[in-house]
Amino acid sequence: MANLVSHPDEVKVVSRRFGQGATNLDRYLELDGYKAVRKALEMGPDAIINEMKASNLRGRGGAGFPTGMKWSFVPKQSAKPKYVLCNGDESEPGTCKDRLIFEHDPHSVIEGAMIAAIAVGAHAAYIYIRGEYRYLLEIMQKAIADAYARGFCGKNIFGSGYDLEVYWHGGAGAYEVGEESALMESLEGKRGIPRIRPPFPAVVGLWGGPTVINNAETLASVPHIILMGGKQYAEIGVERNGGTRLFSLSGHVERPGVYELPLGFNLRKVIYEVGGGIANGHKLKAVVPGGSSVPCLKPEEIDVALDFDSMMKAGTMLGSGGIVVIDDHTCIVKFALRTIQFYRHESCGWCIPCREGTDWLSKSLRRFHAGAGVAQDIDNIRYLAENMLGRTFCPLGDAAAMPIIGFIKKFREEFEAHLDGRPCPFGQHAASALPVLSH
Amino acid sequence: MKFSEQLEARYSEMLTHYPVKRSLLVPFLLYIQDEFGYVTDDSIEEIAKRLEISPLEVRNVISYYSMLRTKPSGKYNVQVCTNICCQLRGGEEMLGHVREKLGVKVNKEVTSDGIFSVEEVECIGACSWAPAMQVNYDFHENLTPEKIDQILDEYRQKAVQE
Repeated sequence: MANLVSHPDEVKVVSRRFGQGATNLDRYLELDGYKAVRKALEMGPDAIINEMKASNLRGRGGAGFPTGMKWSFVPKQSAKPKYVLCNGDESEPGTCKDRLIFEHDPHSVIEGAMIAAIAVGAHAAYIYIRGEYRYLLEIMQKAIADAYARGFCGKNIFGSGYDLEVYWHGGAGAYEVGEESALMESLEGKRGIPRIRPPFPAVVGLWGGPTVINNAETLASVPHIILMGGKQYAEIGVERNGGTRLFSLSGHVERPGVYELPLGFNLRKVIYEVGGGIANGHKLKAVVPGGSSVPCLKPEEIDVALDFDSMMKAGTMLGSGGIVVIDDHTCIVKFALRTIQFYRHESCGWCIPCREGTDWLSKSLRRFHAGAGVAQDIDNIRYLAENMLGRTFCPLGDAAAMPIIGFIKKFREEFEAHLDGRPCPFGQHAASALPVLSH
Repeated sequence: MKFSEQLEARYSEMLTHYPVKRSLLVPFLLYIQDEFGYVTDDSIEEIAKRLEISPLEVRNVISYYSMLRTKPSGKYNVQVCTNICCQLRGGEEMLGHVREKLGVKVNKEVTSDGIFSVEEVECIGACSWAPAMQVNYDFHENLTPEKIDQILDEYRQKAVQE
């Protein structure tokens, strides 16, 4: 059971039932549970989608695509069944927020998925939870069974004449499956190899049918939007970025934890006020602000609003909302090495630029950090990473390349400090400090 | 080969979830692993037959997912995360401590008594509570070497009592 934290600057929407015993269906009903889905049934698809568009809710998985627009892409008429798929394969390093939603408020995900299904005319929804989260899968299995026992799911929900099945599904360990097309492959019982697009899932998705895929936090936000109204939800955030987000704060801060903050909140405030500043009296060196896949920011760059557009302007991404704080006692080369080792491990090998790129980046950075690098390596690493961008079926290749390019651009002097056989300035390149993951 | 009653019930339930039956493969393989300790040759043959796919296809899927294994692990598989957030808060030191305490050196090594295996894993979603590890499916977070000693002792006792 993960610890809950709290801060006065938080605006609790998705997290308002955390710690309230809402895994229990009766308690969930007391806390306005399953009211939104009833309201949605009365509203009908067009009104739901309009409300979602008004909310300015953007996908919480990382890409930030407007949810209402995504739903509107699903064709009204379809020869094949339509589906809703909840992406609960949370595995972007730095991100641990969906875990809390599943642990404390599983019914909100079910309800959100049901509303999405009603909006697009789907009669089945799948909730995919990563394999490592077995205890959460069990919480979800019970939540779904409880909802069926009351007749909230299945045939003729709430006497509306609308049939809607909700199913759980579990993964078995794969970061790449968090990518939407790989997620569908995995749900179909295959290796999580990405599909080429177009066609997009909204047209050809699960078993060939039109499919809406949303992150768990996105879906958990939906019932609140339906109840409070899209406009009011949008007003919590900033322009084009509605509502709140669960930010997973980790690394060298005094008070790491998952905090729900309005979009547009200042990153410096998150680190120094919400998170209580840098731990051990050290100084800030860098922040990876949106999960391990995004370029880092330096201390002079952190007066930035945490919303999709401002972060893009700042040369990075809001991503998954995982804020990793790095202090001045950390070796950036070592951090870069650990980052690329992760992507090397997770690359499925389908696209050559990603398969070879992550492997060579990993080898180069390992050698470099061990003190055997030459000056030319620095540009070679950057060149290699830049040539992976945009050349793969799924964004894993970009996700691996972007942070490495960022580290080299912003911390070149630290790479140079490792040259000429000099030891790591932080004393962190002992062989034992270099993890080796077997494939 | 036979699955337990519980596993059969799981299989029958999951069959009702999907329009295409092989869709149950990934989560069901993990349930098979829970029952036998790993995905055995027999169970690969069995599930392939039931889903009307080739055993090779099943193996193809197994090799993609990092949690699935075709060899036994220890009774308690200790999975220590060393990904970035855990690394920043001592994940590598924790892995080193676990390995030293259990006397293993290489990744996925099983202790000679078969009670433990130690695996270095990628992000398990405990970033705000780092460093962290999972023992089988149980999360242990905000680790220190002392805490690890206590946790491992408890599992060892549990194994001896069973």
